[in-house]
Amino acid sequence: MKHALKTRMMLGLIAAGLAAGCSRHAANQTSYQGESTKAAAVIAQRNLKPDDVVRALQTFVPPGQHDPYIMFASGGQNGQILVYGIPSMRLLDEIPVFTPDSMAGWGFGGDGNTVLQEGNIPASKMGPEKVIRWGDLHHCNLSESNGVYDGQFLFANDKANGRIAVVDLRDFATKQIVKNPVFYNDHGAVFVTPNTRYLVETAQYAAPLGGAYDSITNYDQTYRGEMTFWRFDRETGRIDTNHSFAVELPPYWQDLAISGKLVSHGWVFCNSFNVARYHGDDLNGDPSFEAGATSRDTDYLHMIHLDQAVKDFEAGKFVRVNGFPVIPLKTEIADHILYFTPETKSPHGVDVSPDGHYIVVSGKLDPHVTVYSFDKIQQAIAAGHFQSDDYGVPVIPMEDTVEARVEVGLGPLHTQFDDKGFAYTTLFLDSAISKWSLGGSAEQLHPDVKPWTLVQKLPVQYNPGHLAVIGGDTTHPTGQYLLSLNKWSIDRFDPVGPLYPENLQLIDISGKEMKLLSDTPLGMGETHYAQIIAADKLNPWQVYPQIGWNPLTQKVDPNAAMPGQEGIVRNGNHVTVNMTIVRSHFTPEIVRVNQGDDVTWHVTNFERTPNATHGLAISAYNINLTLNPGEAETLHFKADRAGVFSFYCTKFCSALHLEMAGYLIVKPAATQTAAR
Amino acid sequence: MNVTAQHIIGPRAPLELKRFHPLRYRLPAWLLAAAAVLLLVSLFRPYWQITMFAPQYPDGLTVISYVNHVGGRVSEVDILNQYIGMKPLEAAAKMEKRFAVILIVAMALLVIAAVKIHSPFAAWLSLPAIFYPLIFLADLQFWLADFGLNLAPHAPLNMSVKPFVPHVLGVGYVGQFKSVALPCSGLILATLATILILTGLWLQRRAYKPLRDGQIAAAAKSGGRE
Repeated sequence: MKHALKTRMMLGLIAAGLAAGCSRHAANQTSYQGESTKAAAVIAQRNLKPDDVVRALQTFVPPGQHDPYIMFASGGQNGQILVYGIPSMRLLDEIPVFTPDSMAGWGFGGDGNTVLQEGNIPASKMGPEKVIRWGDLHHCNLSESNGVYDGQFLFANDKANGRIAVVDLRDFATKQIVKNPVFYNDHGAVFVTPNTRYLVETAQYAAPLGGAYDSITNYDQTYRGEMTFWRFDRETGRIDTNHSFAVELPPYWQDLAISGKLVSHGWVFCNSFNVARYHGDDLNGDPSFEAGATSRDTDYLHMIHLDQAVKDFEAGKFVRVNGFPVIPLKTEIADHILYFTPETKSPHGVDVSPDGHYIVVSGKLDPHVTVYSFDKIQQAIAAGHFQSDDYGVPVIPMEDTVEARVEVGLGPLHTQFDDKGFAYTTLFLDSAISKWSLGGSAEQLHPDVKPWTLVQKLPVQYNPGHLAVIGGDTTHPTGQYLLSLNKWSIDRFDPVGPLYPENLQLIDISGKEMKLLSDTPLGMGETHYAQIIAADKLNPWQVYPQIGWNPLTQKVDPNAAMPGQEGIVRNGNHVTVNMTIVRSHFTPEIVRVNQGDDVTWHVTNFERTPNATHGLAISAYNINLTLNPGEAETLHFKADRAGVFSFYCTKFCSALHLEMAGYLIVKPAATQTAAR
Repeated sequence: MNVTAQHIIGPRAPLELKRFHPLRYRLPAWLLAAAAVLLLVSLFRPYWQITMFAPQYPDGLTVISYVNHVGGRVSEVDILNQYIGMKPLEAAAKMEKRFAVILIVAMALLVIAAVKIHSPFAAWLSLPAIFYPLIFLADLQFWLADFGLNLAPHAPLNMSVKPFVPHVLGVGYVGQFKSVALPCSGLILATLATILILTGLWLQRRAYKPLRDGQIAAAAKSGGRE
C-alpha cells in the first residue's frame, strides 16, 4: 500500500518533470500541460515503474529520426551480419554473407552465386569439391585506421569451415569469401591489426595441416594449430592471398585472438585450451574432451611477434602447405616470433586495453581476469628467462608477465573498455556484467577508485557471451552504451516454442553505475560478437554511383545492359539477353529461347532514385535477383525446361508493380524438330 | 556621315561638357554595359525551378531550367510523368534550347551597341533585352500548358489525373504532389538587366536630349541654306 503510494507520487513527479522539460522549449506551455496529464495516464494504464519511464525516454527514438550509433552484430548460425540502431535497438539490415538470402537476392543467380562459389572447399586429392551454403559467423570486425574504426570495411569468419569474408560498407554487401587452405575451422577470427594491414584468422581444433589425413593416435606428431595473417588491400577492397601467410602452432586448441595496439602494435595475442593435447577415445572408455582438455591447471597465452613473422615471410622462410606459405614452428622459435606465458586453464577472451599496455585474459573456469603487462613481457623476453614447452617454444613464467589478477565473479568470458578507465567483463555463470578499474595510465581517469578493483556487478538475463561497448576494443572507446549479448532468454519474452530467441540487453554505462535499459529478442541467429560505431562514421551509397554498376568490381561493367541497347542476340544455341529495368517495366518483356539454349542474361536497373530497387524472379529456374538503382547483374543458365514462365519484379516498386512482368518462353526441343 | 546615319546615331557630347558633367554622360553607358554583362552571366545560371513534394519525396523532386538545358531530377520526373501520360521533359522547347545562347548573346551585343546610340533608336535596340524575362516566362507557360493539356489519353492514371495547366510561378497541386515553381538567379539577373537598361536609357535620354534637340534645330536652320 505504502509502496504503491510512493510509486504513484514518483510517477507524478516524472510526469511533471516531463512537462517542465518539454515546456522549456515550447512556445505554448499550456498544450504540454495537457501532454503531462496524458503521460501520467499512460504510465498508470500500462502499470510502469518510475525506472521504466526513464528507460523508455533513454532509448526512445521518435518516428522518422535516426539512431546515433550503429551496431554490427554477428548472426552466428545464420551466417549473416545484423545491423542495429543504438539506442533504439531497431534492426536496420541483415547483410547476407555465407548463407543465401532471398531478400537481397543473394545466391539465386548473379553476384551472390559468384561470391558464395569462392567459399566452396575446392576439389583436391582428398576428394571432390564441397559446396558450402551456410556459415557459423562468429566475429565481425570493422576496419580500423590508427586503432579506431574507419567505417570502410567489415570482416567476418565462418567457424564451421575456416573461411573469412569481406564486406564493403559503401554498399553493405559481401565482396569476397576466402577459404583457408590450411585448416577446416577457425575461431580467433577475424581480428584486424590497427591499420587493417592484416586480418588475423586462427584455427581452433588442431588437425593435420592442409586438410590432410592422419590417425588421431599421431596427434602430438602431425596435428597442428595455425594462425593465418591475411593481407588486406584497401584499394581493391580484397584480401590479397598472394601476400598472406600463416604460422604453425603446437596442437593446442587456439582460441580468441586480438591485435596489440599503440605500444603493443606489431604483436598478436591468442588464448589456448587443451594444452594437455587430450585426444582420448570416449567409446574406449576414455574421458570426454570436456574433462580431458581441462586436466592441466594452466594453458598458454600465445604472443606472436607479427612484425618479425612478416620479415620471415618476406625472406621466404616458409614451407608451403596446400600451396600456402606457412612459417614452421622451428623457424618461429629461432627467429623469436612465438612466446608463451601460462594462463589459468581454459580461459576464453583475450582483450587489449585502450592504451595497449595490458592484455586481459578472462578466466572462464577461474573467477579472475588475469592482466598481463606488455612492458613486463618485453622485459622478460629481453632477460631471456624462459622455460620451454614440449615443442621448444619459450614459455615466460607467469610471475614475470602478470600485472594483476582481479576477482570479478564466476565464468568471466570477454572484456571491453570505456573512456573512463574501466573494464567490463561478462560473467557467464553469474549471469552478470562486472565493472572493474584499470591501472596504469587509466588510474588518473578514476582518482577515487583503486586500480584493479571490482566496482559493480549487474545481473543480466541470461548467460552473457560477448559484450560490446561503442569502440570498446579500440584505442578510443566511448563509455555510453554496452550491449550484453546473452545466450539464453528463458522467461524474458512471449513464448515462441522450444527454440528460444537470444536476448540482446542494452545497458547504460554513462554514469557511475551500470543500468539496464532494454531487452531485444533475436530469433534469427546467435550474436557472438558485435562492434558499435558512431553512425556519422558511415557514409554508404544511396544509389550505385553510375548506371551499369557491377558491385563485385565496384565499377561500371563493360558488359552491362544499357538503356537504349536492349535486345536478344542469338549465336548458335547461345542466347544473350540485354535487359533494363525501370519503373514499371522490363525491356524486353518477352524473351523467346529454345529448350537447351545456353542463356546469358545481362540485366541493369537504371533508376537513379534512392530506394527504387527492383527484383527479377523467374519461375521454375530458381532465379531471384535484387537490383538496386544503377546495379547490373549477369545470369547464366541452361533453358533446359520448356514451357511458358513468367518473370516479374519481386519488390513492390510502384503503383504499376503488378504490371511489371514478362514472359520467358522456352520452345520445346520436340516442337523445333517437328517444325523442321 | 549622311544625315540619316547622324539622325540615328545621335549627337556626341563635347569634351568640355563631358569634363564638367562626367557622371551625366558616363553613367548611362555603365548601366547599359552592366546590363549586357548580367545577361551574359545569366547564361550560366538556372532560370527557373519547380519542386514537387509528395509523401514519398519528403525533400521534393526539383527540376531546374537553364536557357539551353534542363537539369535536376529529370529522369525521376519522367518516370513519374509516364503514369499520367506526360511527354518526357526532353521534348519541351527544343528550338528555344537550341538557339537561346546565340539569341541572348545577340541581345547583349545590341544593348552594348545602344551605348553609342544617343537617340530613341537606342531604345529600339534594347527592346529584345527589355522584354526578354517576360518572353521567357510566357514561353515557359506555353510549354507547361502544352505538356499539361496533352496527356496521353490512355495513361495508367487517366482516372485520377485529368489534363491541367501548371503554374509558371507559385504553388500548384496534381495528384499527391504539391509543386512550387520559383524564378532562379538567371531569371533574376535578366530582370535586373531589364531594370538597368530602362534606367540607363532614361539617363541617356536626359543627357543627350538637349544636345539632340539642338542638333535638330541647327539642322533645320542650315537646311534652308542647303
